[in-house]
Amino acid sequence: MLYGYAGTLLRVDLSNEAVWREPLPDSLVQNFTGGRGFVAKMLYDEIPPGIGPLDPENMLIAATGPLTGHFLPASGKTHFGTKSPATGGYADSNLGGHFGPQMKYAGYDVLVITGKAEHPSYLFINDDTVEIRPAAEYWGQGSITAEKNFKDHLGDDYQVITIGPAGENLVRYACISHDFGRQAGRTGVGAVMGSKNLKAIAVRGTGSIPVADLKKAYAKGKEAYQKVMAKPGFEGWTPEGTAGITDWTNEVGVFPTRNFQTSHAGHYKNINGKAILDRLKITDKGCFSCPTPCGKYGHTQTPSGSAYVEGPEYETIALFGGNCVLKTIEEVAYANYLCDELGIDTISAGVVAGWAIECFQKGILSRDEIGREIDFSDLDAVVYLLNKIAKREGIGNLLAEGVKIAAERKGKGSERFAIHVKGLEWSGYECRNAPSMMLAYLTADVGAHHNRAWVLGHDIAGAWTNVHDLIASETEIEAQPKAVVSEHCAEYVIASQHKRSLFDALGNCRLQMMELGFEEEHYAELFSLITGVTKTWDDLLEISERIWHLTRAFSVREIDGFGRHLDLPPARLTEDPIADGPNQGHVISRENIHQLLTWYYSARGWSEDGIPTKETLLQAGLPEVVTDFEARGLF
Amino acid sequence: MELKAIHANCSGCSTCRLACAIENFREVNPSKSLLRIEARFPAPGDYRIHLCNQCGECADNCPEDAIRLQNGAYIVDPDACTGCMICVEVCPQHVMFAQKNSDIPVKCNLCGECAQTCPRNAIVWVENQESEVA
Repeated sequence: MLYGYAGTLLRVDLSNEAVWREPLPDSLVQNFTGGRGFVAKMLYDEIPPGIGPLDPENMLIAATGPLTGHFLPASGKTHFGTKSPATGGYADSNLGGHFGPQMKYAGYDVLVITGKAEHPSYLFINDDTVEIRPAAEYWGQGSITAEKNFKDHLGDDYQVITIGPAGENLVRYACISHDFGRQAGRTGVGAVMGSKNLKAIAVRGTGSIPVADLKKAYAKGKEAYQKVMAKPGFEGWTPEGTAGITDWTNEVGVFPTRNFQTSHAGHYKNINGKAILDRLKITDKGCFSCPTPCGKYGHTQTPSGSAYVEGPEYETIALFGGNCVLKTIEEVAYANYLCDELGIDTISAGVVAGWAIECFQKGILSRDEIGREIDFSDLDAVVYLLNKIAKREGIGNLLAEGVKIAAERKGKGSERFAIHVKGLEWSGYECRNAPSMMLAYLTADVGAHHNRAWVLGHDIAGAWTNVHDLIASETEIEAQPKAVVSEHCAEYVIASQHKRSLFDALGNCRLQMMELGFEEEHYAELFSLITGVTKTWDDLLEISERIWHLTRAFSVREIDGFGRHLDLPPARLTEDPIADGPNQGHVISRENIHQLLTWYYSARGWSEDGIPTKETLLQAGLPEVVTDFEARGLF
Repeated sequence: MELKAIHANCSGCSTCRLACAIENFREVNPSKSLLRIEARFPAPGDYRIHLCNQCGECADNCPEDAIRLQNGAYIVDPDACTGCMICVEVCPQHVMFAQKNSDIPVKCNLCGECAQTCPRNAIVWVENQESEVA
C-alpha cells in the first residue's frame, strides 16, 4: 500500500483525445519523492530530445508531493514542469492555492499533458470522470475572468487553473493562474499550455488520501500548527507577508531599480507592506492549510484604472515599484492586476518593461517602433506595454519574446542591460554586492529566479539568519561594506538549493521554515507518519542532489553548447558599479564571478565547464543519464 | 457553548474543513467536511464561513423526528432516519449534507475541532449568544 500519495498518474494526449491512468511507479516515488522530483525525472525520460518548447511533443506536467493535501501547515503546492519557452532548458514553476490538494482528492498525484487540442479546450476532472471539453467561449478571456466563469458554470467546489491572453498568444513568460491571484509565474509554463490549445483545467475531488498512521499524523500535524503559531514571526511576518521585506531590501541596497541601474528606490516607503495594509487590503488570503497567509487581497484605484487584486507580493513590488519606478502601491497593484488578468509573470514583465524604457531613453527603441513615448514612473506606459505584449501587437511582439531574445534582435548594446540568466528575467534581488545570491541566480536551473536558493543573509548579515530576524533588526540605511567573495558562497548556495528542492518535492510550502524558522525535522516526522517510511530530514535531502544533477543534465542535453557561458550575468552586473544608495560603487568583477562558478562546479562534481561528470552522475544514482550522455557524446 | 464565525479573520485555508473530516470520518478528505467556506472572489474579495448554528430547522422538518437535541447539538439518529433528505433541503445555512456512500444525512455535532484547529481565530467557542453566522 502506497501511503501519502493518491497512487495514480493521469495521462492526457490532447492530439488523440485520449485519457488514461497509470499506477504511480514505485521507482519514481522512492528515488524522486514527488513534485519537483517527479517533474525532473519525467521530463528527462520522456521528452523527445531536441523538440521545441511550443511543439505538441512538449509535456506539461502538474505534480504534487507526498505531503500535498495532508493536515500540516501549508501543504497546498503544485509543481508544473515543462521544457521552457523562456530558456529552452529545464523548467518548473509552482503555485499554492488549492489545486494540488484537489488533484489528490480526485485520485491523481500527477497530470501529464501532451499533444495539442485541435480547438481551444479545457480539461474537466471530477473524480473518475475526465473529459477534454470545448473552451471556445472562454478563449480570449482574462485569467481572472475565465476562472470566475468556470466556477460559475461548474460550481464553486471546482479548483481551476487558467491561462490568459498572454498564454494563448505564446508570450514566453506567460503564467498559469489560479485562485484569483496565485500563479505558477515563471519559465513560460502558461505559453506551453497555450501552445496545446488548453485554456484551463478544472478539478473536483471527493476521495481521501491514505495515511499510514492517521492518528499520529493528525496529532503531529496539530502540533506543527501550534509550533508555527508560537514562532515570533507568526505575528511579525504574517501581516505583511512577502511585501514586508521591502524596507530591508532598500535599506541594505538590493532592490532592483530603474532596470537594475541602481539598488535602492527613494520612494520605497510608498510601495511597502505597510502601504498595502493601509491602502489596499481587504482580507488575508491563504493557500490550502496555511496558518501564515502571505496573500493580501485588496482593491486598488488609480487614474489608469481600478481593480480587485491579490498582492502585490514582494517580487512584484521590486520589479514594478523599483525596476519600473511606479510611484505608489496603488500603481504597483494595478500593474499586478493587469499582469494577472492577461496571464503574464510580473517578474519577467517588470524586467522587460524596464529594459524597453531604458532602450527608449537611449534611442535604441524609437517612438515610432513603440507607438508612444515611455518612461520610468509612468503607469500608463506600463499598462500600454503589458497590453501590447499579451496580444503580441506592434512592439509587444518583440517584447513577448523575453528580454534575452529582444535584446539579441535589437542589438546596439542593449544586451548589456538585458537582465536575465539563460533567458529567464532576473527577480527582485540586485546582487552586485551579494556574491552568494549572485551565484544562486547564476546557477539556478530555471534561470534567474530566487526561489532556487535565497542566501542574501550570508552576504548582508554575514551569517545565516532568517528573514524575520533581518526585518526585526530594523536596519538603518547606511553604507554597506564590500561583501566577501569566498568559497563558502558555493556551500551556502548548494545547501539552500537542496533545502528548497526538497520542499518542492514534498509538495509543501517552505515559507514557514524560511520566514518563521519552523524546524525542518518536523517535516521529516510528518513524512514518516504519513507515508509509513521512516526518514530523517538528512535522509530526505538525498534526493535534492539527484534533482540538481538531473535538471542540469536536461539542459545540457537540450541546449546546444550548454556550459559555463550560460551561467554568466549580463554585463551591467559585472561592469557597472552601483550608481547610488547603500551599495554605491560596489560591483563583483567578471574574474570573481568565474571564481565563484569554479568553486560551485567543483563542489557539485561538475566539469570546469559546468557539466556533471560521469562519476558524479553515478554517485547520485543516475546511471541512465550516463548511458544517455555517452550515446549522445555529451561528456 | 456554541461556535461563532468571525468572517473577517478567515483566510480561506480550509484547515477547519480538513480537521472536521479527519475528526468525524477518519479521512483526509475535506469534501466530507460539515462546514463550508465560501470564497467570494474576485469581488467583494472575502470569505464567508457557513457553520451549523444548531437552529433546529432540520429537526423541525424531519418527518420521522430522527433529529434530536443532545448537549446543545442536533444529532441524527441513524436508526430512526429514513434518508428522505428533507433536512438537507431546508437547512438555512446549507450545512446539512448528503454524502455519497451514506444513506443518512450528516451534520455538525459541535465537536469543536474546527475551532480548535483554525489558525486564524475565525471560528471560536462562545457562551450561548447571538451567532454571526449569516
